[in-house]
Amino acid sequence: MVAKSCVGVVGEPFEMHIELGKIGEFAQATHAVMDAYLQGAVVPPTFLTTDFFWKDRQPGSDAWEAVEMSEERGMHAEQEYVFHGPPPKAGDVLIGTCRIDDVTEKISRAGDRLEFVKMVTEYRDKETGALVAESILTGVERWPAGEA
Amino acid sequence: MATWNDLIEGQGPDPFTFGPLTRTDFVRYQGASGDMNPVHHDEPFATGAGYPAPLAVGMFVAGVMNGYATRWLGPENVRRTRMRWKKPAFPGYELTVTGVVLARDEAARSVDVELTVTDQDGDVSVQGWMTFVVPA
Repeated sequence: MVAKSCVGVVGEPFEMHIELGKIGEFAQATHAVMDAYLQGAVVPPTFLTTDFFWKDRQPGSDAWEAVEMSEERGMHAEQEYVFHGPPPKAGDVLIGTCRIDDVTEKISRAGDRLEFVKMVTEYRDKETGALVAESILTGVERWPAGEA
Repeated sequence: MATWNDLIEGQGPDPFTFGPLTRTDFVRYQGASGDMNPVHHDEPFATGAGYPAPLAVGMFVAGVMNGYATRWLGPENVRRTRMRWKKPAFPGYELTVTGVVLARDEAARSVDVELTVTDQDGDVSVQGWMTFVVPA
């Protein structure tokens, strides 16, 4: 079961550098090799998911830790990215802040209990403070009928 | 890359097929993304969790889908992308990405498109919705 107390948890702001090599590696891993990515003109639409690396080294920054979702039962249900202009480019430095927005529960038609958790991350340009992008992540933990 | 006049509701580019998926595809994506959940590469962990094999990273499949769309409409032009996972994929699966124009906004000069990733059995694995601006 996810920890209901996670709602409202806000992570410490974390710094994320947008790196040319990382963009290329990500593009190659997703069959998306294009000049714009190899040259670092912009990042792929789902690239901000690599903020894992930056949150890992900045303790207290990952609000998701408060969710305590199981790696076995947990799944990514839905993901959204919004860009307030072209996506970030190589050399940009972003400040990310994530927060847990809500936890909702549903019973599936098969009787499974589904716990949905929504986390929103804002990415701002470190120099200007402008909002560059937002991520809305929905995770789900499934408990088969009768198990919990 | 498509131009404004190419964009017709209900139409899209040729499908893109990838696979058969391998465990190496998942490991490579996990290394690139930083998502180290063992359910995508550790066989005993995955089978212990009730899966027949390590399952594809959802963001890997969705990442391929997003790349298909930016190849179509331009990497610089994307303004919104939303994806929903419907059915897991496993090693050996062959996946096909398709996309169609949902709506064009003449005033904003933007286009909404819908993407679908289908597996070899015809089941939908991932669905996506994206918005792009289309420069003159």
